[in-house]
Amino acid sequence: MQKPLQKIIIERLQREILDLEGFKTKVHYTKTKLGLRTLEDNFPNQTFPTGTIHEFVSEKPEHTACTSAFISGVLTKLNDQNGIYIWIGKQKQLFPVGLKKFGIQPHQIIFINLVKPKDILWATEEALKCKSLSGVISELEDITFAQSQRLQLTVEKSKVTGFILRTQSERIHATACAARWKIKPLASENENNLPGVGFSKWQVDLLKVRNGNTTSCIITYHHGQLAIVETENTYPFTHQAIGS
Amino acid sequence: MSKRYLAIWFPYLLTDQMAVKQEELLGTAYALIAQERNKQMIVNVSSEANKQGLRANMPLADARITLPSLQTFKFQPQKEQKLLNAMAEWFIRFTPQVALNPPDGLFLDITGCTAWKSEEQHIEEIKSHFTGKYHIKLGIADTLGAAWAIAHYTKGQIAKPNEQLQHLLNLPAKALRLEEATLQRLAKLGFHSIDSFIHIAPSTLRRRFGEKINLKIGQALGHKPEAFEAITEPNPYEERLHCIEPIQTAKGIEIAIESLLENLCNRLQKDDVGVRNATLSAFRLDGKLQQISIGTNQPSIHIKHLFKLFELKIKQIEPDLGIELFIMGITKVEELPKQQETFWQVQNQTDLGEIAELLDRISIKAGKNAIRRYLPQEHHWPENSIKAVTDLKEQPETEWQTQKPRPTVLLNQPEPIQVSAPIPDYPPMTFTYKNEVHRIAKADGPERIEQEWWLSEGKHRDYYYVEDEKGQRYWLFRSGHYDIKVAAQWFIHGFFA
Repeated sequence: MQKPLQKIIIERLQREILDLEGFKTKVHYTKTKLGLRTLEDNFPNQTFPTGTIHEFVSEKPEHTACTSAFISGVLTKLNDQNGIYIWIGKQKQLFPVGLKKFGIQPHQIIFINLVKPKDILWATEEALKCKSLSGVISELEDITFAQSQRLQLTVEKSKVTGFILRTQSERIHATACAARWKIKPLASENENNLPGVGFSKWQVDLLKVRNGNTTSCIITYHHGQLAIVETENTYPFTHQAIGS
Repeated sequence: MSKRYLAIWFPYLLTDQMAVKQEELLGTAYALIAQERNKQMIVNVSSEANKQGLRANMPLADARITLPSLQTFKFQPQKEQKLLNAMAEWFIRFTPQVALNPPDGLFLDITGCTAWKSEEQHIEEIKSHFTGKYHIKLGIADTLGAAWAIAHYTKGQIAKPNEQLQHLLNLPAKALRLEEATLQRLAKLGFHSIDSFIHIAPSTLRRRFGEKINLKIGQALGHKPEAFEAITEPNPYEERLHCIEPIQTAKGIEIAIESLLENLCNRLQKDDVGVRNATLSAFRLDGKLQQISIGTNQPSIHIKHLFKLFELKIKQIEPDLGIELFIMGITKVEELPKQQETFWQVQNQTDLGEIAELLDRISIKAGKNAIRRYLPQEHHWPENSIKAVTDLKEQPETEWQTQKPRPTVLLNQPEPIQVSAPIPDYPPMTFTYKNEVHRIAKADGPERIEQEWWLSEGKHRDYYYVEDEKGQRYWLFRSGHYDIKVAAQWFIHGFFA
C-alpha cells in the first residue's frame, strides 16, 4: 500500500517542480500526442513536448533518411493537414516525393538552402519566431550550448516546435534542447514472410530528455502510423535525471 | 529597321501658356521681356505680336514704336524649363522615349509606335489636343535633324522612310541647325537653300565652313549618329528626404528610412497597393550615389517589415563624408490582397502574410533562389518528378504519387557503385559505396524508368529498392541494358527511411 502512495506523492512533487520550471501543464496532460504511449511516458507530463527544441543526431545519410521520415511522421501527428513547415539545410537532398509516404504533404514544406552555418542559425532563429509555422527543421553540422540556448529562448516565446538535425555527431555535448534523439535503421518488417523489402523499422534512442527518462525502443511505420514494437527501458527509473 | 522620330516645336510656348492661364490675353499682342545690360530686350512674343512684325531679340524700345499698345511681362527662365519638362512627361503617353530640345522643342522616338496608330493619326491626335491652346508644329522623319527641319521650316509633313533628302533640299540653310557664323558665310557665298551646297564634296565644305557642317548634314541624312537622351519616366511613388546635416551613422540612415517608408506607405494605402520592389538611393556629399534595393514575395505596406528588409542591407551603404539626400522609390507595386484584420493570433493558425514576411527577410540575406517549395510534376524520371515554385499559395495540380517506392533522401547526382550481380536482371548481391561493402538481404524491383524521349535522350534505368544486412535501405539502378561485352554501370541514387 505504501509504495503507490509514495509514487503518487513523488509524481505530484515532480509536477510542481515542472510548473516552477515553466512547463505549463494543460488539462489533458497525460494525453498522448504521437500514439506511442510507452515512448511518451518518458517525457515530462507523459506527453511529447512541443514548443521546444528537439535535437536529432545522425551520422550517415542512411540515418538522415530515417530521421527525416520519423520527423515527418511526428509532425503529421502533431498538426493538421494545413500546417506549413520550414526545412533549412545545406543542400537540397531531401526528396519531397519520398516524404509523402510518411504522412506529410510535401508541398507544405518550404525548403531553404543556405551554405554558411551562421546563416542557417540566423534563418532558424528567424523561422522559430514565426508563430504561423507548424514546425521548423534545421540541418546543422554542429551547435554550441549558447546557440541552442538562444533558440530555446526563442521558442519559449513563440511556442513553435523546432527540430535540429545534427550531422556531426562525434562531438556530442550539452545543449539546451528538450530531447536528444538518435534514429538508426533496422531490418524491415515483412508481414507473413512476404519477399522483398517490408515496412520501415527504426531503432529510436532517446539519449537525453529534460525532466524525463532516457529510453530506447523500436518503432515501425506502416499504414500511416508510428507503432512501437517492443520497449526495453535501458535505464531504471531511479536514474532519472532532472534538469539538463 | 530604321528609326522614326517626331519633332515637336512650340513656336510660342511661354506666351501661349499665359493665354491658357489668362483668357483675356487670347488674341492680343504681348511680349516677355528681360533686362540685358542697359536695355530691355524681347525674349518671347505672342503669335499676334509676331504677325505685327515683332520678333525675339528686339529691343523693347523699337517694338514700342511699331506697336505702342504692346503689353509686356517679365521673362522667367526657370518657368520655360519647367513647362517643357511637363510637356515631355505628357508626351510619354505616345512613346516611352521622349527627349528635350530646349528651349521650346521635344523629340519623340516613335519607332514601332506606328504598329497601333499610323504616323498621320499620331499627328492628328497631337494637333487636336493642342488646338486653341498652344501653337504646335510637327515633323516626322528618319533622323532627328530632318524631323527638326521639317517641324521648323515646313507646314508639318511626314518624310517617308529614307526620303529625308528630298524634303530637305528646298529648305533654307538654317534648317540644318548650323552655327550663326557658318550661316553668315553661306549667305555671303550665295548658298541660301540646302540643295545649293549639299552635293558639294565634304572635304571642300570642311575647308570652307569647318567640320561642323559635315556633321550636321550627316546627322540630318542619317549617316552620322546623334545622341537621343530620353527623359526618365517619373516614378509616381517616390519620396525624398533632404538632410540639413550630412548623415554618417547607421542610426541616422535608419531614421531616414523609417520616415520615408511612413510617408510612402500612407500614400500606397490610399491607393490600395503594396510594395513589391523598392530602392533607396543615398546621395553622398562627394556626389557619389549609393543604392540598396529590396523585394518582397507579396505586396506589403507593413512599415515595420519593410524597414527590417532595408535594415539588413544598411551595412552596404558607405556614408563616407555623409549623405545629404535620400530618395526612396517604389519600383514595383501590386494590388494589396483584401485582408481581414485579426485581434490576436491563435497558436499555429497559419497566417501566410507572416510567413511571407519571414521569407522576405531570408531572401534578402540568402537570395531568392535559396527558397523553394516543391509541387508534383507528371514525369516518371525522378529528377523531373518535382518542380520548384516560389509562390506560397500555389497548390498541386496532381496528387503526390505513393504507389512506387521513392527514397526520402535523393542524391543530387547518382553516384557510381561497384556491384556483383548473379544473373542479368536480378538485384545485386553486394555493392560497394564509399569503400564500404553492403551485403544485400532483401530487394524489390526492378522498376524500369525510361528516359522521356521528348525531353532528353539516354539510357533507361532499372531501379532496385534494396536493404542490406544492417537494415539500411538504398535505391540503386543499373543504367541501360545488360551487355555481355561491356560491364553494366550501377549507381546509387537515394536512401530510404
